[in-house]
Amino acid sequence: MDIAIIGIGLHPFGRHEGVSAMEMGVIAARRALDDAGLSWQDVDIACGGSLQVLQPDTMGKFMGLTGIPFTNLYNGCATGGNLLLSAANAILAGSGDVAIAIGMDKHPRGAFSVGDDLAGIGLGQWYGEVGLAVNPQFFGMKTQRYMHDHGISEDTLHRIAVKAFENGSRNPQAWRRRALSYEEIATSEMVCDPLRKYHFCSPSEGAAAMVVCRADRAARYTTKPIHIRADVFKTRLYGSFEVMHASIPADSRPSPSVQASRSAFEAAGIGPEEIDVAQVQDTEAGHEMMHMAECGFCKDGEQEALVRDGATGIGGRIPINTDGGLLANGEPIGASGLRQVYEVCLQLRGEAGQRQVPGDPSTGFTHVYGFPGVSCATVLSR
Amino acid sequence: MSTQIPIQEGLFTWPAPSPQLIGSRCLNCGEVTFPAQPSCPACTSDRTEEVLLSRRGTLWTWTIQHFPPPSPPWLGDPKAFEPFGVGYVELPEGVRVEAPLTENDADSLEIGMEMELVVRRFDEDADGNERMTFYFKPAA
Ligand SMILES: [Zn+2]
Repeated sequence: MDIAIIGIGLHPFGRHEGVSAMEMGVIAARRALDDAGLSWQDVDIACGGSLQVLQPDTMGKFMGLTGIPFTNLYNGCATGGNLLLSAANAILAGSGDVAIAIGMDKHPRGAFSVGDDLAGIGLGQWYGEVGLAVNPQFFGMKTQRYMHDHGISEDTLHRIAVKAFENGSRNPQAWRRRALSYEEIATSEMVCDPLRKYHFCSPSEGAAAMVVCRADRAARYTTKPIHIRADVFKTRLYGSFEVMHASIPADSRPSPSVQASRSAFEAAGIGPEEIDVAQVQDTEAGHEMMHMAECGFCKDGEQEALVRDGATGIGGRIPINTDGGLLANGEPIGASGLRQVYEVCLQLRGEAGQRQVPGDPSTGFTHVYGFPGVSCATVLSR
Repeated sequence: MSTQIPIQEGLFTWPAPSPQLIGSRCLNCGEVTFPAQPSCPACTSDRTEEVLLSRRGTLWTWTIQHFPPPSPPWLGDPKAFEPFGVGYVELPEGVRVEAPLTENDADSLEIGMEMELVVRRFDEDADGNERMTFYFKPAA
């Protein structure tokens, strides 16, 4: 893929009383355009994604009604990854010169609800009525089985959370900027065994946007383009263990995260061992642990030693979720994947301040994963 | 006297002294899925038949739900909430079925333990019928 990111914008994640998701989307889009030295009139294609905003394209009246195709897109927690992919694909197809991807969301406090009509997600109503339609149950159960199979202790979960909030404390744009002690995390209340309160991210509010163009035209707009070397979207294969599945076969298959990451690394011609900074979906500490292996950064079971030795911290061999990840930023679903890309762009541009990965990183990776078994993996380079 | 009705028709045999889950088996590749569905997620065939699943299996993984699930869709009473176990039980048909568990104590659950199906009261509908649903409990 020969597409470059030429502008990045973020409306910081957190709680923003009185500011709508769409207003945050407008702010992120304007920041991304400013970063590229462009205005909305220069945009040929827009892609918007959100859970809470029914139709992101309605924001056109705040940006300016210029007649461009503005596609709405939603793929659960993988929405952000797909927004970038769709914008890039539109440029690859020759539909225009400049495309923008905008993700925005604003969720109420508390666990995500699937609402009152489960037929809309292919499930019987009974599944929700008896209390099975709860994401954290799946996170707990997958983590539980993985720890059993690969000899990993709760120590790894605690350390992953310590690192997330430590990174968040170095990120002025993070929602949770207080570093938490190992003790606080390890003794926080149990949510879904073996996962505790501070192992989890919370739904939050925020927006992020990216402006892209053909790589060979990027120099017109910026001196620091970030190249999308590969961007792959996969849905679940029969046999992968996924959230909200009333049954799964005993004969298991690799997750969509494995499929997407492998394909992305292959297409990029860059291997996971060559990545300088990575973002993986850390809905909770258990999934950061599992995604380290699913995305190819280690073998199953190696996480215990890697995390203990600080390999995934800033300054480690493979820094992961350097901005504090979902744990320190929360998850506005539509925007989350683009926040990951925003962070990797900052790192590769050398603009990450207190949390800058040392050694002048030149390659990055982002990964989103979500219901009902979707994943996007992106390989980036300077 | 109230009548006991399944929380949804077609999930398990009821009334029955030894209730069984109702799944489907693909007529093309033989894969078993629960609940029963008219098509096969493994091979894309649209020819399946109903099959009654074994009542016993082994606990493949588990967790305990420590907070009241979002409501809707959960129909429990948040004020009377008690943590409950959830797990996947691997059955001899080669399928792992997700279900609430009768146990809610981490010390009483272990991956690999024998489990068996039970049907118990979940709640009452507007007409005073007892709505029944399935659970797995550690096998005696
Ligand atoms: Zn089949």
